[in-house]
Amino acid sequence: MPSHTKSTARLGDRVFSNLSKGSGIALLAIMAAIAVFLAIRAVVAIRANEGNFLTTFAWDANADPPYFGIAVLLFGTVVSSVIAMVLAVPVAVGIALFISHYAPRRLAAGIGYVVDLLAAVPSIIYGLWGALYLVPQLTGLYEWLDQFFGWTGVFAYDGTPARSLMTVGILLAIMILPIITSVTREVFLQTPKANQEAALALGATRWEVVRMTVLPFGRSGVISASMLGLGRALGETMAVATVLSPSFLINASLLESGGGTFAQNIASQFKEAGSMGRDALIASGLVLFLLTLLVNGAARLIIARRKEYSGANA
Amino acid sequence: MKLRLGAVLVSGALVLLTACGTDDNSGLPGAVDFSVENLRCAPSGTLLASGSSAQANAMEVWVNTYQANCEDSQINYKATGSGAGVQEFLQGTTAFAGSDSQLTESEVEESRRVCRDGGRAVHLPMVAGPIAVAYQLPGVDDLVLDAETLARIFDSDIRRWNDPAIAELNPDARLPDIPITPFHRSDGSGTTDNFTSYLNASAPEAWPYEPDKSWRGRGGQSADGSSGLVGMVQQNPGAISYFELSYAHQNDLDTVRLDTGADEPVEATVENSSNAVAQADVTGEDGDLALELDYATRETGVYPIVLVTYEIVCDRGNNPATLDLVKAFLTYTAGEDGQRALGEIDYAPISDDIIQQVRQRIDAMD
Amino acid sequence: MSRPEAHTATGAPAVERVTLRPPRLPSWSVAALAVGSLALGIAIGLIGGFESRVQWGLIAAVVFVATTFWLSAAIEGRRFATDRMAAILVWACFIVAVLPLASLLWETVARGLPGVDWYFLTHSMNGVLSWQDGGGIYHAILGTVQQVLLASLIALPLGLLTAVYLVEYGRGRLAKAITFFVDVMTGIPSIVAGLFILSLWIMMLDFGYSGFAGAMALAILMMPIVVRSTEEMLKLVPNELREASLAMGVPKWRTILKVVLPTAIGGITTGVMLALARIAGETAPIILLVFGNNMINGNAFEGAQSSLPLYIYEQWGYGTEAAYDRAWAAALVLIAFVMILNLAARGIARWKAPKTGR
Repeated sequence: MPSHTKSTARLGDRVFSNLSKGSGIALLAIMAAIAVFLAIRAVVAIRANEGNFLTTFAWDANADPPYFGIAVLLFGTVVSSVIAMVLAVPVAVGIALFISHYAPRRLAAGIGYVVDLLAAVPSIIYGLWGALYLVPQLTGLYEWLDQFFGWTGVFAYDGTPARSLMTVGILLAIMILPIITSVTREVFLQTPKANQEAALALGATRWEVVRMTVLPFGRSGVISASMLGLGRALGETMAVATVLSPSFLINASLLESGGGTFAQNIASQFKEAGSMGRDALIASGLVLFLLTLLVNGAARLIIARRKEYSGANA
Repeated sequence: MKLRLGAVLVSGALVLLTACGTDDNSGLPGAVDFSVENLRCAPSGTLLASGSSAQANAMEVWVNTYQANCEDSQINYKATGSGAGVQEFLQGTTAFAGSDSQLTESEVEESRRVCRDGGRAVHLPMVAGPIAVAYQLPGVDDLVLDAETLARIFDSDIRRWNDPAIAELNPDARLPDIPITPFHRSDGSGTTDNFTSYLNASAPEAWPYEPDKSWRGRGGQSADGSSGLVGMVQQNPGAISYFELSYAHQNDLDTVRLDTGADEPVEATVENSSNAVAQADVTGEDGDLALELDYATRETGVYPIVLVTYEIVCDRGNNPATLDLVKAFLTYTAGEDGQRALGEIDYAPISDDIIQQVRQRIDAMD
Repeated sequence: MSRPEAHTATGAPAVERVTLRPPRLPSWSVAALAVGSLALGIAIGLIGGFESRVQWGLIAAVVFVATTFWLSAAIEGRRFATDRMAAILVWACFIVAVLPLASLLWETVARGLPGVDWYFLTHSMNGVLSWQDGGGIYHAILGTVQQVLLASLIALPLGLLTAVYLVEYGRGRLAKAITFFVDVMTGIPSIVAGLFILSLWIMMLDFGYSGFAGAMALAILMMPIVVRSTEEMLKLVPNELREASLAMGVPKWRTILKVVLPTAIGGITTGVMLALARIAGETAPIILLVFGNNMINGNAFEGAQSSLPLYIYEQWGYGTEAAYDRAWAAALVLIAFVMILNLAARGIARWKAPKTGR
């Protein structure tokens, strides 16, 4: 009898461990298959390309021979994400501080909750709101920018509907604000109480407490939260596709329409794409993939470093 | 225990969910009565089709009529643009494509891969209609333009509404001093192809670009699909764009009258465009019914920017599973009932002698 | 306020009030300054004849910041003035950010709510032309629910078991490789996942559009999230529990099933729910894969389906007033759907939260 239970136990163990190992291998296989498949298709497209994949300002991937390049997309993706980061990160840090250290406690809990929920609002809804509500509101702001900074060329504006990279940047900033805020807030809340109380005991003002204990403690957390937001902004598709007026040229002015991003270009081109066109889009998707990978990798490195740091501290 | 309870709850909710919905919208106030007599139904089935957004409104009516009269039949027409429709058709994922422009020779060759019995893709002209040039300009509800001015506007050469070239054509209008935003299609489209064919044929100096499904002009803004353009014109004062008349009428947009060199400017109406379609020649061979239009016409009462949209099918069918349904559906659309329905939604029917040939072609699909 | 008096009174020997507290502005002064600067801003705006209310507000803000800083610096000293500036800045950040987000929620509710009723929820779009009022989203809700369920049917077992493997069994190179690829996959843009399924499943293997195709793309997006969150939760289960169970002779697999997983179930469920909420709102891969449909199609494995995000995108694309109304109403329903999943996740997290600390 005991030997019997023992053998079923062993059998059960073997079955279960193999099952979990098997699913791990299956997952690995799926992921590897995706990577390999995408890479192969991309290479096919890049080989056939008549233009230069990196510098050509056009997307005639369905033409024979295909002629396309990602210059415009790379520019648009990077610029709109940078705008989003510049706008969102300081504000997100501000809100995080507000929730963690400034707001009345009851209000803070409520706001923290709402921010978390906003992080889950689907991007298509941001797109809908952006296209129907935000774009008309921005014309006035852009005219004002043009009036004072138009001479730089970067902020020149011709009064046409505000469907430009700047608008995309602003919308992306609003979209990634909740996610950056909620991660940053978590980090700020973890600032060791002892440090803050020590600072207070020395007669520091609230701002001095924040500056001397909270911000140094949370710095790497803020950076990794920003990277998380940046990853979202880079890959965002629908919100961009609904507010941007795409074209394959780089406009010196950020306020005037035109440009494109990787994800938006895939969403608007795939339906007309023949097999070569799809391969070309996959190639561009792979570049986007690498870009997000870079950003996520950086974030992970920073988080890992912070873990050691805080571990040593604790 | 609790998990099991949860599972029961979830599956209960699912059963409820699948039980309480319905496809029946006939009780809506203002619902259209789609019933027609003597519509010959095919056995039940589903088919997918996609393509031209120029004929999307006509398709909506046709599809709904067919589905209302033939139970258990589903037809999905997705208005993704002619370029996309042709691609999907050539990949064999759809049963037919709607297209406003004709297939290239290489595309016809490619179609042999998906067509059965050594068949190939043929064009069946099904709907015609004027491409209206619609605009939103506060205080101006009658605007006359000619081909050259249009070409210069869409090429971002004329940038403000009070430009002398526009004022000269509209001596009575009070043109405001606001920027012009020309909107074009961001996707490949037969509407763009037809519109630029007109610009190129009537004003070759101002519009030197070859007609193409993709936009070749400079500047301006872009949006996806005819309906996307409609939305842009509605939202933005100073906007001008091109799409089918039915879209302009549904949304109460003002349309441009064209100075073609005839006695008086022609308006975009069903009648004026029918006159243009009546003059079209069949250029297709071996049962193909591709048409050729005269974009540079100067005749009175003929609106030159006309688009003929085709259904592109395999002459011997592509997928045996959907062939019957395709035949029954297209027989209806090319039949008298189908063509009559077009006038009510600002499309022009195809002229009699051509539609006769279309019906013969559909019958011969086997 | 009493401090200056004290200063002047230092000469009098009787009232020697020594206090360690630095002079502070009374608490009502900030409000008073705010009201004052607002009035001044409006006055300047009216006199100067500035059109835009935004300009009035900006003037008032500048006046407020300047006077607060000056007053505080004069009475309380520079350090406290800086402190007040920082507080104003933080409040300003909050207000600046709340405006667009509140506007987003408000617009969606205000424009969506009139369109949401029982009819809207229980009817499809069959027979409704794009420029007509009416119609519903039943077919889209059904599609979304089915696609999300199918996606979780694929992703959950694989994801959970993989996480168990990584935490309980995984050693060596295989575990490292899996961890690496899971990390890589969390970064995959959703549209690229859609493109992969489109090229492989629909174009190469010739299966046609279906809800299942969409579900597969969603599963790809969901798996890494599930693995990572489950992994984190399993790692939190104290080793003493495992050891105690094993010491009593319980086989490892039963220990995992009966001890480890139940302990972590709250966190795992939360992670799963959040992943569900995330993929329920995914639009990009769905547009590529399920084709769209105006009628109810209860069979996710065959034929075109719709889904809520796709429905919103379609209606937005129609560009007519009636369609915009439907898009907003559907957006509201989608937000509600996602919010419910989120709230459920939080509820479970609170309900099942480990009672004992580390």
